[in-house]
Amino acid sequence: MSAAPALIAQGNDSLREAFGKALSGLADEFKNVVVLDADIAGGTGVHHFRKSHPDRFLQFGIAEQNMMAAAGGLAATGLIPIVTTFAVFCLRAVEQARLSLAYAGRNAKIVASHPGLDVGPDGGSAQALEDMAAFRAIPGMTVISPADPIEMALATRAMLEFKGPVYMRTGRSPSKRVFGDDHKFEIGKGHIVRDGKDVTIVACGVEVARAVEAAELLAAEGVDARIVNMATIKPIDKQLLIRCAKHTGAFVTAEDHNILGGLGSAVAESLAATMPCPIEFVGVKDVFGASGEPEELAEQFGLTAPHIAEAAKRAIARKKKAK
Amino acid sequence: MAQAIPFDRRAPVQCKQPLKALPPNLVNDIAASAAFVRQHAIASIYHAGSGHPGGAMSCADILACLYGAELNFWPDAVDDPHRDRFVLSKGHAAPALYAVGAQYGFCNKREALSLRKLNSKFQGHPHVLDMPWVETSTGSLGQGFSVALGMAMGLKIQKSQARVYTLLGDGELQEGEVWEAAMCAAHHQLDNLCAIIDYNKMQSDDRNDAIMRLEPLAAKFRAFDWAVAEIDGHDIPEILGALRRASSTHGRPSLLIANTVKGKGVPYMENIPTWHGSVKLTQAQAEEALAALGATREQITEYLA
Repeated sequence: MSAAPALIAQGNDSLREAFGKALSGLADEFKNVVVLDADIAGGTGVHHFRKSHPDRFLQFGIAEQNMMAAAGGLAATGLIPIVTTFAVFCLRAVEQARLSLAYAGRNAKIVASHPGLDVGPDGGSAQALEDMAAFRAIPGMTVISPADPIEMALATRAMLEFKGPVYMRTGRSPSKRVFGDDHKFEIGKGHIVRDGKDVTIVACGVEVARAVEAAELLAAEGVDARIVNMATIKPIDKQLLIRCAKHTGAFVTAEDHNILGGLGSAVAESLAATMPCPIEFVGVKDVFGASGEPEELAEQFGLTAPHIAEAAKRAIARKKKAK
Repeated sequence: MAQAIPFDRRAPVQCKQPLKALPPNLVNDIAASAAFVRQHAIASIYHAGSGHPGGAMSCADILACLYGAELNFWPDAVDDPHRDRFVLSKGHAAPALYAVGAQYGFCNKREALSLRKLNSKFQGHPHVLDMPWVETSTGSLGQGFSVALGMAMGLKIQKSQARVYTLLGDGELQEGEVWEAAMCAAHHQLDNLCAIIDYNKMQSDDRNDAIMRLEPLAAKFRAFDWAVAEIDGHDIPEILGALRRASSTHGRPSLLIANTVKGKGVPYMENIPTWHGSVKLTQAQAEEALAALGATREQITEYLA
């Protein structure tokens, strides 16, 4: 169990840049990796790969359905295709991912930048708040949402070593550092970022840093919150959730995604079947996003540390009432 | 089981005179295989109580030419990285694919009659995890074309000489993904890709031109920079010749627009769109169809047992 790391000041790396650099760095080791792009390599981070490995960079133009299904064909010849585009355009090709990747059992990876309100000024049309729900519902699809640049680099390697279809979220905005250089990542394993006994806050992606902040706010009020980084949304770490339920008896989930179908739903499904306890859901409340800076949007849509802290107090109150 | 006779890919192709190079019995052998494909597909759809006969009949000759001669693909080469690939993008013609597979030893003729049944590998649409030789899972129109494109691209990257063939329905061309793939294949100069359109002019509810007009079809693909040939999709020497010419095309993907008859070989089905759909065949209808397709009394009894 690791001690609560101090939040490191904003690094220069967004998650997408961290992914792009990691992928380029791993390309000589994973020689059968090819990268598929739909004219947004500059936005998804794979411009690094395009520069370092131009012969393995495949341009598909602005045509995501063809790109997604073609990845199935590339995988069928023994290559490891990495489909890269914005999360919202992955939604456009969900059915191709379903039939030609997951159903066909292909070892193909989808890496989606620009998920959630973190997209910011591009507005509601560009902010995918449904992607984890859609991809989580596809049998055999692993869904990952790393929290910071360190974890993104580790997850990129883990994704390439893993055999099977993976959907991974990166992120557009400058990312806060949550983890130290000794951080470990394993697909399917959550990890306790900060221990606590009163409530468990389960978060993924950009919400992990906010959850750590929330724990500090709660500590000032005498509330001892446990923070779990649940970077793998599917398959979710049920054993860890059950342990946390036994230890804390109350949960908050936090995600930059619709509260329907994503991390919160995955946690609720697991606990409902094992150790039911109060859960409060922090996320976008089944509405579309809007333009604004990511932090402004997080405030307006209820995703910031104070929102998480308030939700934690509600969950604890429900736990006490039930006793 | 029929013996497939492949062309030697390394031999120079005599453009416009490919027929002289055909082994004497090849056309007859393929015609017999095509007849078997139609009969077996009718029988399996009869046993299933549902299925799409119209489009299975229209593509039987094309499939027989591919598996009987063109594809460098054998039952013992299903894992060979340098095998030719065939993708049935119009996945609803699965009964015809299973039948041609059975004819050339990729699956069992009797087992393939379990089409669409619980626990059968012969699902209503082909699934690659059930049987690797179908190469990918299809059934959602447009996707098989893109998967075939991806295979062609992957083979080129790995410097394989193998070719990729895919069969599309005409109604399938209304999917936007098809035109994404058409643009992409030409841009990447995938001359190891050959798409064939089973152009029977009909789709689920009506004629193509009543649902959503496709013409001028050849001009559209030519404008996308494909090497286009228009052929009679029931003329075996013509199909074989067109496939040969396609394999010697450089710098561009090839398209064969195969003019076909929906329900070909079964008079009461021919050119009637309602036989596209998933239909239930009565025993009398199945018997009539099999007889029209040249099955003997004994064969009909065996098929329908």
